[in-house]
Amino acid sequence: MLKIAEREFTSRLLTGTGKFSRAETMLNALDASSTQLVTLALKRLDLHQGRDDLLSPLRKLGVDLLPNTSGAKTAEEAIFAARLAREALDTNWLKLEIHPDQRYLLPDPLETLKAAETLVKEGFVVLPYCGADPLLCLRLQEVGCAAVMPLGAPIGSRQGLQTKTFLQIILEQAQVPVIVDAGIGAPSQAAEAMEMGVDAVLINTAIASSTDPVAMARAFKLAVQAGRMAFEAGVAGPGQAQASSPLTAFTEAL
Amino acid sequence: MSFVSEFEKYDWEEVRMGLYSCNATDVERALSAPRPQTDDFMALLSPAAEPYLEVMAQRAYALTRQRFGHTMQFFVPLYLSNLCANDCSYCGFSMSNKLRRKTLTTDEIEQECLAIKAMGFDSVLLVTGEHESKVGMDYFCDALPLIKRHFSYLAMEVQPLSEQNYSELRNYGLDAVLVYQETYNRSSYSRHHHKGKKTDFNWRLQTPDRLGKAGIDKIGLGALIGLDDWRIDSFFTACHLRYLQKNYWRTRYSLSFPRLRPCAGGLSDIRPMSDKQLVQLLCAWRILDSELELSLSTRESPFLRDHLLPLGITSISAGSRTQPGGYASEDQALEQFEIDDNRSPATMAEVVRAKGLQPVWTDWHPGFSR
Repeated sequence: MLKIAEREFTSRLLTGTGKFSRAETMLNALDASSTQLVTLALKRLDLHQGRDDLLSPLRKLGVDLLPNTSGAKTAEEAIFAARLAREALDTNWLKLEIHPDQRYLLPDPLETLKAAETLVKEGFVVLPYCGADPLLCLRLQEVGCAAVMPLGAPIGSRQGLQTKTFLQIILEQAQVPVIVDAGIGAPSQAAEAMEMGVDAVLINTAIASSTDPVAMARAFKLAVQAGRMAFEAGVAGPGQAQASSPLTAFTEAL
Repeated sequence: MSFVSEFEKYDWEEVRMGLYSCNATDVERALSAPRPQTDDFMALLSPAAEPYLEVMAQRAYALTRQRFGHTMQFFVPLYLSNLCANDCSYCGFSMSNKLRRKTLTTDEIEQECLAIKAMGFDSVLLVTGEHESKVGMDYFCDALPLIKRHFSYLAMEVQPLSEQNYSELRNYGLDAVLVYQETYNRSSYSRHHHKGKKTDFNWRLQTPDRLGKAGIDKIGLGALIGLDDWRIDSFFTACHLRYLQKNYWRTRYSLSFPRLRPCAGGLSDIRPMSDKQLVQLLCAWRILDSELELSLSTRESPFLRDHLLPLGITSISAGSRTQPGGYASEDQALEQFEIDDNRSPATMAEVVRAKGLQPVWTDWHPGFSR
């Protein structure tokens, strides 16, 4: 069971709401993924006209919402967006995203740490999107983030676990859940992350941009389950191919 | 520091020769480059790329879906004034054109905003002629806060301003500025811009630098297609874009490819671009830069717009009126150029949906970038 800030989830697949061709496809895909935690951008909510093409459908699906601060380029803007999101969506959970770099949308480590510290103090459950920097993840954990969300590769790039070496260090050191947030483009890559012992993955582009988002969502669900099962069965660790009875018991007889 | 010094390194004639000597090998190299550079772009713009149009379109389509998903942003222009102190060979607002001039009052702006909101838009592009004394900073400082109350995202296409002016307008809600160089060829530029501040080529060329320094969220670039050789102008636009991306990496960039349309005053000395060439240009841009926002206006025909939409376009206007006051009233002051696609925003949204794309009306929070 995945546990973030005392809340338990049976699904280890987090999803997003962007890039779908229509709301109906999005809902069917999210449903097929069995996701329980879905992120959506505050900036996509129409606070002027009240046009609601996103929120009501999601509420009907019964998933937990994880508002994000996409669009914020500084800590100040992210904090501002977080407060609005808490009010608009009635949740203190937050995916903190600060990516001032407009080409690769890479997260700004300094602004992210600064914002995380403030938001935790304000009572937010902060899940920060960050680079796969082990020290940054430790610092984010120290200021009270409920999880860390390092990237596997640049967002939307579908390049998989390019940061694997560093993800392994992050996993070794983390005392909060580690969720790989960006770059996963295929179910096999999600399974690979799960086999490493990552606590969860967040998939958006790979599902939404595929030609059949519903089928792809289901494929990711199965891959995440398979990867987790393999991790628990000991695929990655020293427990691999462990003999069922002691190998040195015979020394007793010597 | 500005783009001018970078620009001076290029020679128009050399670029022309390089571009027209590109061959099929250059095009194929460009098509297989993982991160294409400006020399790849040059090959894709060249006549040698024409036989590769379908391959380019396939690539452009895939890159766009990967980055932007199945979505299409909607925006609409709001013409505030047709006063202009310039004289440009191609524009209906030119000062020497005898037409009724109009600048919207506060009340009229409010009426326009309400009419635009009723159509569903949340992102507007404010447009004026270039009249510094009558439609300058005083006017903008009054108008922007009024308009920002209604919309999340405000772009503007007006005369180039100073860095300080841009910073000030940013505080009033300005998010994006479109400033087209029109042409990067100095002599063509002087030939088409006869009078007014716009005759100053360098002041215009440095405008995106000032926007970047002022921290404006998005800068729109482009060349006006028809003034000179579109291939060469597009190559220079790409050099400009690359320079800006390096220096102002917090800024987003968008690009449009306006083709000259019939207007009052008539056209002279125009170098037209075919529809097929427009497809080539659009695909070349997408292949060069998968993150770039590509915008398409109602200047183009419904047939062409419908077919261009999936190839790389990420934002479109719909139901546009190019005369001040055109949304709230039937009062027809003369328009800047003729609209070719007159379909309503609702109809356009249906067209977009039928293409498997989701219309996106809101994608910004007014508190960002202040």
